[in-house]
Amino acid sequence: MSDLAPWLEVVLRAAAVLAAFLVLPLLVGQTEHKVMAHMQGRLGPMYAGGFHGWAQLVADGVKFVQKEDITPARADRWVFRLAPFVALIPYLVALAVIPLSPRVVGARVDASVVLVLAVIGVGVVGTLMAGWASANKYSLLGAMRAAAQLVSYELPMVLAVASVALAAGTLSVVGIAEAWTPWWLLWQAPGAVVFLVSALAELQRPPFDMPLADSEIVFGAFTEYTGLRFAFFLLAEYAGIVVLSLLFAVLFLGGWAGPFEGWFGWLWTLLKGFLVAVVVIWLRVSWPRMREDQLQRLAWVWLVPMALLQVAITAVGVVVFP
Amino acid sequence: MADGILPGLVKGLATTARSLTRHTHTAEYPDVSPALPPRSRGVIALTEENCTSCMLCARECPDWCIYIDSHKEELPPTTPGGRARQRNVLDRFAIDFSLCMYCGICIEVCPFDALHWSPEFEYAELDIRDLIHEKDRLGAWMATVPPPAALDPGSPDPAEVAAAAKPARGPGAGPAGARGAGAAARPARVRAERTAERTDERTSQRTAERAVERGAEQGVERTAVMPTAQPPAPRSPAAQPPGTVPPASDVEQTTVLPVSDASEAADTVAAQGDSTQVLPTVSSQEPTRSADEPGASDEEGRA
Repeated sequence: MSDLAPWLEVVLRAAAVLAAFLVLPLLVGQTEHKVMAHMQGRLGPMYAGGFHGWAQLVADGVKFVQKEDITPARADRWVFRLAPFVALIPYLVALAVIPLSPRVVGARVDASVVLVLAVIGVGVVGTLMAGWASANKYSLLGAMRAAAQLVSYELPMVLAVASVALAAGTLSVVGIAEAWTPWWLLWQAPGAVVFLVSALAELQRPPFDMPLADSEIVFGAFTEYTGLRFAFFLLAEYAGIVVLSLLFAVLFLGGWAGPFEGWFGWLWTLLKGFLVAVVVIWLRVSWPRMREDQLQRLAWVWLVPMALLQVAITAVGVVVFP
Repeated sequence: MADGILPGLVKGLATTARSLTRHTHTAEYPDVSPALPPRSRGVIALTEENCTSCMLCARECPDWCIYIDSHKEELPPTTPGGRARQRNVLDRFAIDFSLCMYCGICIEVCPFDALHWSPEFEYAELDIRDLIHEKDRLGAWMATVPPPAALDPGSPDPAEVAAAAKPARGPGAGPAGARGAGAAARPARVRAERTAERTDERTSQRTAERAVERGAEQGVERTAVMPTAQPPAPRSPAAQPPGTVPPASDVEQTTVLPVSDASEAADTVAAQGDSTQVLPTVSSQEPTRSADEPGASDEEGRA
């Protein structure tokens, strides 16, 4: 694409990233519908679109658009309306810098790992805004839980990423993936576990969905939202799964490493990311929600020490086997 | 993590993964009709010709959801100097399925097999008043009534067959023995009459199926029709009692002749001092009426 005019290239890349941002979360959502259903002995959606309900999420989107957009009377109007976008857009930015292969990447950034982690952390601000602006105590409780969760789990996540960055000697996602060898599966295994668990917590996915716990606080920060804005929050959740699954695939599973990686590297990355997303869904189906007071304990007693240990192991490995 | 948490988590993952690979339990109902068990209670079907308006079902119904209207009709005597006869004509038979609790008592108590369970269940309505099925609609359900299930292996013969197989009691007691047997066999015989005489295509087809289904019973039914028409002929042990007369409409469709023959036969039987009469209300209270009254419905209704 380098022989195109610069502005055209930017537009094309942005359009491609946007398309991926709109399609991949729906793919994950549909997979969740079907995988969860079959894991529970059900069939899941079967009607929308004709063939095994493939268009169920499109139909859901149409439904959300038709619904009334309500802003509560006591709500902090502008904050309330802005929150879904603050929650959604960080994942769009993150997706832009995650490479599918060395050549298939939305934007080349040198320290892309730092950018991705920083941007993902912004997402929770949207949840916090939503909870605060809703003028609803359940929303506020949910937002507080989300914030506490993010603060706790950001640290082990960053440490796990620091470990692979240390091992690769670069902060570029592409560089890390290129430095990956199958040995990393063993060497970086504790870091991978820590990353996966804290990614689940960041996404507020079960078993870490206390911020949304519907049996305790209605729907957390999203309680007052309707229609399209609510759909944006849901989209943000699934976009988050896409981003973190791809990131996990690239950082810990070697991304495009595999047979025919010259041509099908992007397919390998997508496939690995999809597998990680299926695992995320699988965990949701299998495990119950953790109690709020168990949350901090898991992060500080188990994940942070594990991540520190991983960093130490990596450091030793880098020094001993350069 | 505490002891036992990790094995529990792995077990949870294994369970969901296992059910992922197994067949789902979803019943795709509107697309795939369910496989209902035998004797499913969907809707109650009415064979109008079998109904004698005896009201047993209506009064046994715990919900009082059966409505029956009927009137009596007088049939002119068939022979000069004969006696006019009365029979019940069913005007209205309706079941209110918004009240029905599907207990099936009406079907159990019906002495003439006029009511049957049909497995059809798709008759929801937008207006609750449309859940009252009148007799034409109840009759239409008859086409969906399955043939009765086969007997379990090793089970005793049906009462009709067992009675028919019994030898006649003593010399010249043919009619008496037949009578004893016939009392038990009456419902079957009523059905047989219908098979022979009904012209309605749907019902006759159904009963034909049923007759095929019960091969053993069939013989009983065939022979049952004959002696009624020819009382003096020697009877087989399987012969039916003349006292059990075909239901009202069957009489109407055929000539009245066999019935009168039957009444004569009944008189003969009474003269022989038949003590095995199994319809005591009919014979002891009003012996003369019992034979010619179709279905003896008045007596049963009053009981």
